[in-house]
Amino acid sequence: MAASSAAHPQAPGFPRLLSALASPDSVADLETHVAHWGALPLRSARSTLLDELDASGLRGHGGAWFPVGTKWRAVGCGRARRPVVVANGAESEPASRKDEFLLTQSPHLVLDGASLAAATLNANRVVVYVPSRHVNSVRRSVQARRRARIDPVEIEVVAAPDAYLSGQESAVVHALNNGPATPTFVGMQSVRDRGVRGRPTLVQNVETLAHVAMISRYGGQWFRSVGTENSPGTMLLTITGRWAEPMVVEAPLGVPFRDLLTLSPQDTGGYWGALLGGYGGGWVSILDLLDCRLTEESARDLSSSLGAGVVVLLPRTLCPLVESARVIRYMQRQAAGQCGPCIHGLADLAAHFEGLAFNPAKFRNRFPPILQLCNLIDGRGACRHPDGVTRFVRSALVVFREEVDKHFRRGPCAAVNGPALLPCPDHHGRHQ
Amino acid sequence: MESRRTSGQGAREGATPVARWRVTLVVDPTLCDGHGVCAELFPEGVTMDHWGYPIIDGEEIPPGLGDHARRAVAACPRLALHLVEVRR
Repeated sequence: MAASSAAHPQAPGFPRLLSALASPDSVADLETHVAHWGALPLRSARSTLLDELDASGLRGHGGAWFPVGTKWRAVGCGRARRPVVVANGAESEPASRKDEFLLTQSPHLVLDGASLAAATLNANRVVVYVPSRHVNSVRRSVQARRRARIDPVEIEVVAAPDAYLSGQESAVVHALNNGPATPTFVGMQSVRDRGVRGRPTLVQNVETLAHVAMISRYGGQWFRSVGTENSPGTMLLTITGRWAEPMVVEAPLGVPFRDLLTLSPQDTGGYWGALLGGYGGGWVSILDLLDCRLTEESARDLSSSLGAGVVVLLPRTLCPLVESARVIRYMQRQAAGQCGPCIHGLADLAAHFEGLAFNPAKFRNRFPPILQLCNLIDGRGACRHPDGVTRFVRSALVVFREEVDKHFRRGPCAAVNGPALLPCPDHHGRHQ
Repeated sequence: MESRRTSGQGAREGATPVARWRVTLVVDPTLCDGHGVCAELFPEGVTMDHWGYPIIDGEEIPPGLGDHARRAVAACPRLALHLVEVRR
């Protein structure tokens, strides 16, 4: 390939991930990609990428914010069996679009990252796990790379079922082992030790792999030129409720949400607050949000999470309790139905919260039981799905406590039958 | 957290505080059907929620109660209960 002889084009300033896109709708095909980013530096991957990843401080963008270098070392540390690399693009958070954005508009950055992981860890199987609607387009990108002989290991593209839990790490492995895409009880083990076909397995979010693709070219120090000490670099966010349509934006970590959202004081008064992180994240009040910096730690300080970069601003025209009740019911329906405390706990939580939203008079005395239920559910599933729901519920009760009181005093509000903001897709069936 | 499964035989139950491993019970919640045998055989370490599923405190098995814990593990109809050693 002609472009492979070219030196690496200059490192982008900001934006990074989106810098190859001429316009927000354009697609970086292989030619554009190579012209913009240069050839895939596989050789240096084998020798120096792990050190560069450690130096970069890159953390996982799928929601757990785990240090990537540490994770790769755990998968790759001198094992007899060769590892499997899985690029996780399932993106089952209904309010998230950022992985889809990358996969459709900058797929080669993700595929670069997957091949770099394979080269670094000496893996001999690479799987890209994406929703079925993206399988064909990703396959076409893989074929273009095959013709250009870019990837050291053939990349498989596998469809992820449309279900909330299909992107959970052990569920991904379960699906690739020909099981249903439901979480398994890994106890204190990890898929890093025993994953696909019992082999050490790296399951890494697609955005994280795109950051890896840049680090491999420009190094860990370059990566740190944006962001904070603990949260270097940039991240993709899906912001809903701010503009007419949900938007995927790239932002430097550490910026205050105030600067990111650029709300006038008048606009600010029009929102209750925002859901941060996704449906396993938590609500924060609008004033707390504006002061919050874009890091996982700052979000945790507000009992929330940056998760996979979901931000949903909730306007005051909607009822926060109704929106929350719908999400809790969705999360209850999306549970894998494997663990007793989750099955019963989420069903009770959803019913109680619907009572709070729709029939508060009857549920006047049920407020403490909701918190007791949360305490009873925490940590008792095979995965963290129930824990995410309890975080969501607790945050709703704190951030919207005045609304809860108002509902108790005056009954359900006028917004009960209004339009809904938070998407609760009706996935066909639970988990096939 | 590093852990390893143990038969419980020779487990260092109630070992001195310098021991690097502690023995504790874990339940695989995907297997558990709430039969309740564990709570009956080892009430010191297992209680039940109101749905009938075991709540396990995750504490070290107290000295002298290892037999009860092992009996509960062996009697679980779903083989959902395990003794594990967890690194402190």
